[in-house]
Amino acid sequence: MGLHNNPSEAKAYTRRAFTLGSLALASASVVAPEFLQRSAVALERASGGRSSTPGVAEDRVLVVVQLSGGNDGLNTVVPFGERGYYNARPRIAVPERDVLRFGRGADGLGLHPALADLKAMYDDGLVGVIQGVGYPNPNRSHFKSMDIWHTADTSGTGHGWLGRYVDNECAGSPEEDAGRTPAVAIGRTAPLAMQGRVVQPVAFEDASLFRWTGEGVDDGIDDAHNALFEAAQARTAAHHEHGHGHAHAGHHHEPIAEFLVRTALDARVSSDLIRRAVSQRSLVEYPRTRLAQQLSMVASMIRAELKTRVYYVSLGGFDTHAQQGGAQGRHAQLLGEFGGALRAFYADLKAQGNDSRVLTVSFSEFGRRVGQNASNGTDHGTAAPMFLVGPMARAGVIGEHPSLRDLDEGDLKHLIDFRSVYAGVLERWMRTDSRAVLGRSYRVLPVTRRG
Amino acid sequence: MSGTVRAAPLRPGSRRAREAALSPIDPGAFGVAEARHLLLRAGFGGSLDQIRLIADWGPERAVDYLLDPKAADPSFDAMPTGFDAEIMSVPSPDQLRAYRQAAARGDEDALAAIRAMRQERQRQDRRQVREIQRWWITRMIESPASLGEKMTLFWHGHFATSYRTIENSWHMLLQNHLFRAHALGSFAELMHGIIRDPAMLAYLDNTNSRRASPNENLARELMELFSLGVGNYTERDIREGARALTGYTFEGNAFVFDPRRHDSGTKRILGVQGALDGDGFVRAILAQRSCASFIAAKLYAFFVAPLPEGWDDPRRSTAPEARAVVDAMADRLRRERYVVGAVLRELFLSKHFYADEVRGAQIKSPAELVVGTVRQLRTPARDVALLIDAMDRMGQHVFYPPSVAGWSGGRYWINTATLFTRQNAAAYLLTGRVPTGRAAASRVEFDPREVMTWLVRERPEAGTDARAMGEQLLRFMLGRVPSGAAEVLASYIAEHGGAGDAQAVGGAMLLVTAMPEYQAC
Repeated sequence: MGLHNNPSEAKAYTRRAFTLGSLALASASVVAPEFLQRSAVALERASGGRSSTPGVAEDRVLVVVQLSGGNDGLNTVVPFGERGYYNARPRIAVPERDVLRFGRGADGLGLHPALADLKAMYDDGLVGVIQGVGYPNPNRSHFKSMDIWHTADTSGTGHGWLGRYVDNECAGSPEEDAGRTPAVAIGRTAPLAMQGRVVQPVAFEDASLFRWTGEGVDDGIDDAHNALFEAAQARTAAHHEHGHGHAHAGHHHEPIAEFLVRTALDARVSSDLIRRAVSQRSLVEYPRTRLAQQLSMVASMIRAELKTRVYYVSLGGFDTHAQQGGAQGRHAQLLGEFGGALRAFYADLKAQGNDSRVLTVSFSEFGRRVGQNASNGTDHGTAAPMFLVGPMARAGVIGEHPSLRDLDEGDLKHLIDFRSVYAGVLERWMRTDSRAVLGRSYRVLPVTRRG
Repeated sequence: MSGTVRAAPLRPGSRRAREAALSPIDPGAFGVAEARHLLLRAGFGGSLDQIRLIADWGPERAVDYLLDPKAADPSFDAMPTGFDAEIMSVPSPDQLRAYRQAAARGDEDALAAIRAMRQERQRQDRRQVREIQRWWITRMIESPASLGEKMTLFWHGHFATSYRTIENSWHMLLQNHLFRAHALGSFAELMHGIIRDPAMLAYLDNTNSRRASPNENLARELMELFSLGVGNYTERDIREGARALTGYTFEGNAFVFDPRRHDSGTKRILGVQGALDGDGFVRAILAQRSCASFIAAKLYAFFVAPLPEGWDDPRRSTAPEARAVVDAMADRLRRERYVVGAVLRELFLSKHFYADEVRGAQIKSPAELVVGTVRQLRTPARDVALLIDAMDRMGQHVFYPPSVAGWSGGRYWINTATLFTRQNAAAYLLTGRVPTGRAAASRVEFDPREVMTWLVRERPEAGTDARAMGEQLLRFMLGRVPSGAAEVLASYIAEHGGAGDAQAVGGAMLLVTAMPEYQAC
């Protein structure tokens, strides 16, 4: 009968099959079946024991902040030293006196005044500014360009780059890993960037959604619900003991029933953990903004030691076609939200002692045109800056500012391909083979402190 | 022991193996359980009285009924009225002239006004696509032509096109109509139709494809994803196919063939040489053996079971029985000139379709879960917009497939977050409750007594005995009685008023929808 003839083999299969990471272990009050406790072995195996930079804890986390709509890079990282900037934007350029200058090594450049929080972090060596990021033959359609950034493919088709990362990282069979939550997006649905072939990303915007609404419908329903679940677990455990593997579909094909029970168990455990994590008061005060609330949820999940490697959050509203404002106004408000959220996030992580484990990367689907338009706004453009944030980020201004003279029909020409940044994140931070994830080799742009 | 003559084992891939693969179910073996399975897989499930009716008809009559959507519902392929075809039509010549004049004058106010108008039209169109979504989900819930609706959904996932990219709701509706016109008909017609479909032409960038610079997107996906599969064509076929499709574009809402853009030279595609146009390209594809195999495999994975890696390994299949069935289906598809209904007929009448390993082994798609819960349990549909939102969170937003590859399906539907959404969608339908902080709860009561009456009719003790009612619920809602479950339900029912109490049974139904097995069918 093959696989399950040998009882000790059957147990090994069970141990391997019920990998939950630290979810079960971190929650002492969870009543978990015996085989769960043995997943500690699997956990150690799963964390890989990868070598790390001295002083930096294992289990590095990547946080991606998406600025949706096309963030105006020229008013974010302001080239106040260029006359052409002021000529092109008579009504919405940021006045030189308001710019938060970078100073040494980055003359004539600075941050928008609304990014005072980010500038403070920059001065503490926690921020890297990558200039002129884009890709060849830029697409100025929101969805098309966003798809390109998400798939790391100029055709914008295929799976997401983070999805492919997670697919590659999963050592076991698809079934074993499908219940884990290696990647979490805060939002209604997970972005394309996180959609892989094998592992479905988890997305939610509110921890209250992470529970069954049937709870408490009446007296006794919760007990019955739990009892039914325990009966299901007993059935699948018995299935293993008796060696009823499902041979028909070949190796590692976990039967549907077991897959569902296992995922349901994962769901119950992570639901408890996440709700408990998110309901804890954070160690710092966060601004009452959308992005800050998302990041505070991420921080609480990191604090609760969920084995999640990638978090994705987003802030929309950057499509400033009209009345964009200069030093003040709509764009300024968004930038303020961005900077304030990041500052609180890293203050929280630092208070937790987790800050050096977390690298944050921000991007937008494109920048905006050099010249302002007739509505005191800007239209879809091309190259723009990306930010790296965290104690382990490569700090300072990275790369050259795109030329304001040598334009592509009024748009900036990019100097750095965004796939190089991804390659840097994958190789230097996530410590994985970027070529396997991105489909080909890109020049690696160092994104971490040690290069 | 001696005396039994065993037939020689069928060699995988042999003709005899294929013929045996789809051997029909014995009508005597087609009962309530089989009827239930058929309605779930070949449709969106049915209530107990519908199941009973199908069981009484027997397999042939039942399958023939399902295969004729127009007979069951004459409105199945009618274009719905009430939607606006012109929201996103290109600007009229007058409007274009006005725009150019305004730009030439540097008339900022006029330009701003024109832009504002365009944005308003886009907002209107987004509202309309939401309405079209509601129209379709409502049809899935209400129409007797279930298999027709399901095949429309199948084709939508197969010839995947997303509103997000094309931003034209009328074109999405036209495409949906194309799928309905040939839902159970000829795949060949669908292929000829899809290269003329404005939504697909826009989605895969064929509109500007011209002799001087052909765009390869449509040609590639036509073969890779829509008909042959990776490995069954060459890069050269893609390039030549792209040439054949030059000039295939649209204007307004109608397909247009632009001979000025078309490359009318000689091409060689998949071994066929000539001055091939798009139809010639399609014919070359349809002549390939791999085409029928590819479509048969997709249909199998959709209606029967996922095909594991290595299922089609020529030396050692990891799923020989499935492989034999797919081969037999492909044979049938070739013999029937790509008429899908003929293949499905044979499949739905086969023993294999009703095998134990097949029942309960398919993860329900979000559509099957949501629509199926309404149809099976006869819950009120409540707020269809909320249902669509829930399906989106579960990963299936109609008119917005994640990519041109459609929806992966199977276990891909399930993760720790979607599991809650799925349970809560069923809970919403049964109780009207929504997760806190979300949209308004629905006050419409669900009355379980209809279900109770059927279950008691099938088994009288269920009227008074809590355990019997528990077993009946499990049998009806899950297709079987998992060990340990009946006892739990029996206790719950007994403690809440007994088998005759609507609240008790309603609570038990809610509990069943939260069981892991409810996610499968």
